[in-house]
Amino acid sequence: MHEDGTASIRVNGEHRRVREGMTIAELALELGLEPAKVAVERNLEIVPRSTLGEVRIEDGDDYEIVTFVGGG
Amino acid sequence: MNIATNLDDSWTVAGRSFRSRLIVGTGKYKSFEQNAAAVEASGAEIVTVAVRRVNISDPNQPLLMDHIDPKKITYLPNTAGCFTAEEAIRTLRLAREAGGWTLVKLEVLGEAKTLYPDMIETLRATEILAKEGFEPMVYCSDDPIAAKKLEDAGAVAIMPLGAPIGSGLGLQNQVMIRLIVENAKVPVLVDAGVGTASDAAVAMELGCDGVLMNTAIAEAKDPVTMARAMKLAVESGRLAYRAGRMGKRRYADPSSPLAGLI
Repeated sequence: MHEDGTASIRVNGEHRRVREGMTIAELALELGLEPAKVAVERNLEIVPRSTLGEVRIEDGDDYEIVTFVGGG
Repeated sequence: MNIATNLDDSWTVAGRSFRSRLIVGTGKYKSFEQNAAAVEASGAEIVTVAVRRVNISDPNQPLLMDHIDPKKITYLPNTAGCFTAEEAIRTLRLAREAGGWTLVKLEVLGEAKTLYPDMIETLRATEILAKEGFEPMVYCSDDPIAAKKLEDAGAVAIMPLGAPIGSGLGLQNQVMIRLIVENAKVPVLVDAGVGTASDAAVAMELGCDGVLMNTAIAEAKDPVTMARAMKLAVESGRLAYRAGRMGKRRYADPSSPLAGLI
């Protein structure tokens, strides 16, 4: 928690500063992503899709957000 | 009834039945449009897909899901690029969350140059995934003993390579593929090595349940036409296998009667 009410997190390896207390679903929307088309890992733990709208972001969190791409 | 008129020749993996015995990849295409057209022409009901980070800097880029509908075509998430059991398991846990599918393709690679599977890591990952409720179709070496161990560990399909991934060399190991087919109680699919239509037919004539390919279609000069060629080759090879080929002879045997020669 920073004094300005933001949290410092990492998303897919990049540092970001976001509003403290926002949910992961809100983060996804802010990033322009459709929560229904991605999967989220928070600090190496899967976040079930059903809880994306409940889990709140904390300072220092490390997120991986993935989707399906072409592959063999 | 002869075989050709018995059109129901579906195969079943992990309780799911499919008519097409061709599984195609979705990598290396020039565009999503070309990819979707090739999938359509191939008749495939399953496509392999990779799991990768979303592009945060450009979230409006088109997605695979917008072009190939996962409600119509079964997505088979892979673990391409994973070199340890842990990486592969992590990838598939994410895939399960992204799509809700437990049917997955496991591949744990040993090194980048050959992309040959690391069977010790592959076996370890198969055991863990099966315990977690996954149904892994497993890319593996052409080793009948390892294939049996994978099956015992919970692999729902055995997928030996016919030649290195992306090489297009055709089946270099027909004897071993045949041994794996004869021993397996789960479907066997040749995964990797097919270069052209006759290679796919060879795999099916050996008794494989299906063939998985990507580069042979994607890197053809005309991928959509090659996709159709592969569909026909898989069907053709399958029919030849079911029909039962003639025995081989060392010398000639005339097809016209000898009696009545003038």
